[in-house]
Amino acid sequence: MDIPTLTQEKLKDLELKANRARELVIDMLLEAGSGHSAGSLGMADIFVSLFFHILNHNPKKPNLVGRDRLILSNGHICPIYYAVLAMSGYFEISELKTLRKINSRLQGHPHRTSLPGLESTSGPLGEGISQAIGIALSGKLDRKKYHTYVIASDGEQQEGNTWEAVMFAAKHKLDNLTLIIDRNNIQIDGFTENIMPLEPLKEKYLSFNWNVIEIDGNNIKEFVESVRTAIAFTKKPTVIIANTIPGKGVSFMEKDFTWHGKSPNQEEAKKALNELRTLQGRIQSENQ
Amino acid sequence: MLNKKLFLNQKLFDHDALTKPTRDGFGEALVELGNTNKDVVVLTADLSESTRTQEFQNNFPNRFFEIGVAEQNMAAIAAGLAVSGKIPFISSYAVFSPGKNWETIRTTIVYNRANVKIAGHHAGIMTGADGATHQATEDIALTRVLPGLSVFVPCDSIEAKKIILESAQIDGPVYLRFSRDKTPIITTNKTPFEVGKPQVFWETNNPKVTIFATGYMTYNALLAAKILEQKQIEILVVNVATIKPVNESEIVELAKRSGRVVSVEDHQVMGGLGGMISEILAKNSPLPIEFIGLQDTFAESGNPKDLIKKYKMDEESIIEAVYKVIER
Repeated sequence: MDIPTLTQEKLKDLELKANRARELVIDMLLEAGSGHSAGSLGMADIFVSLFFHILNHNPKKPNLVGRDRLILSNGHICPIYYAVLAMSGYFEISELKTLRKINSRLQGHPHRTSLPGLESTSGPLGEGISQAIGIALSGKLDRKKYHTYVIASDGEQQEGNTWEAVMFAAKHKLDNLTLIIDRNNIQIDGFTENIMPLEPLKEKYLSFNWNVIEIDGNNIKEFVESVRTAIAFTKKPTVIIANTIPGKGVSFMEKDFTWHGKSPNQEEAKKALNELRTLQGRIQSENQ
Repeated sequence: MLNKKLFLNQKLFDHDALTKPTRDGFGEALVELGNTNKDVVVLTADLSESTRTQEFQNNFPNRFFEIGVAEQNMAAIAAGLAVSGKIPFISSYAVFSPGKNWETIRTTIVYNRANVKIAGHHAGIMTGADGATHQATEDIALTRVLPGLSVFVPCDSIEAKKIILESAQIDGPVYLRFSRDKTPIITTNKTPFEVGKPQVFWETNNPKVTIFATGYMTYNALLAAKILEQKQIEILVVNVATIKPVNESEIVELAKRSGRVVSVEDHQVMGGLGGMISEILAKNSPLPIEFIGLQDTFAESGNPKDLIKKYKMDEESIIEAVYKVIER
């Protein structure tokens, strides 16, 4: 299915939705008392673009045969995933408050069979691209038209399994597979380039025979256009290296690796929500 | 004597009795499945010949995937195929799969409820000359602890074939264990197979000991039973092809018939068949048990027969264990 034209009006709508998703992420993480803030906020623009503009999906029919597939490899940023699933109508927004709690369908890391809309079980890193390959291969075998998207973190490029998968996807020329790497430069212990350097990342993928696109991952227009290019590209899988700002939208979290695996306390959440509700001071919040 | 109701191979104890590796049964069953079920796909990690997937590859090239030396990738790709409706069989040596890729199997296949069949080959010290690096002696323990994963160990190539065909009918993940060398054909095509059911292969009226055996080691247990018969010691030999999910009450009943137990497996004595039997009996009816298997050590290179003798898994060692448990 073709991606619709991104009008100015739609772009504005997606930006507001991304902001709303960020608010939900803060709400959820405060309530949960633990979880991963930075990546969830940084990837809000991409998740919203996928679910509200790109993916062929139907929240009322989560198992629709021809649906596009989205696999989240770095399962720890599931708060943003859950937020957009709820906003799309897969389940009630109120259920988001059950994240990480007992008897909840919203596990700390995604469990496929627990919640409608999930296509894989993830958390342990480096396994998502392989699972997406299996789904894309199956699509080729059955001559199905769906496209498979997989979101991976930059930190998990350090896993050996990632490169096993990257080799395989190129061997099989999986042009129905698009990998989106959240290049936010942080991981739990610090900056990726200090922990285990990934650069030159683009050249790595080029040398593995992938089509590579590099974008500003917090720019919805750029992202949508990059996906349009990716799905039109044939004979190779595409990787979109999305440079994002970890913690995007909350000034004190942005680019600070200590927010990788941390949730905000009451005071921090209040401050964060205020920034988000005022679009960082550009408008007045109804609560001010 | 051999249980007549099970149509076992009556020529089993002849010096020229038929032998075949259990992995051959795997290869044959895959081709059969390929013909009958178009959803069956096969993946291998650079071991198509020795894990007997070549025939499937030759017959169904579009449904065969050579992953290269990458067992984690193989497991997770299979998970993706399975959630999209395929029935993938992944095939490698058990030390690598489920050994090396255990966490990938745990997360993407078992916890993910992906319908993947994991075939672990070259299991046990029977693997021989390749040495301890290639002898998987922990794989039953590794798989048995995963919730919802079925675990099967065929005693010969005929039972192997039946189990593989059956495994494709199970809607969920399965682990299948195979050994490298030729081993005696114990069963026949007429021998019934039922998931979960332990089967009495050697039946006596007044058994003093119940031997629970799994895999090709069931043959060594039967050899021991035959020798003991001549010494007027009656025992039962139970072939446990399903490690999980096993019929617990039948295990308890069979153990209670004699009141003493010996477990026999080509695997570490911890966590495998012996562990499974002990857990069941400890809960229901505590009884003395002796354990035949690798005694918390690694083995070494060598001829399988010599290794089995050195590491005390031959019929003589089983007989010793029977005497020992009788004296307890």
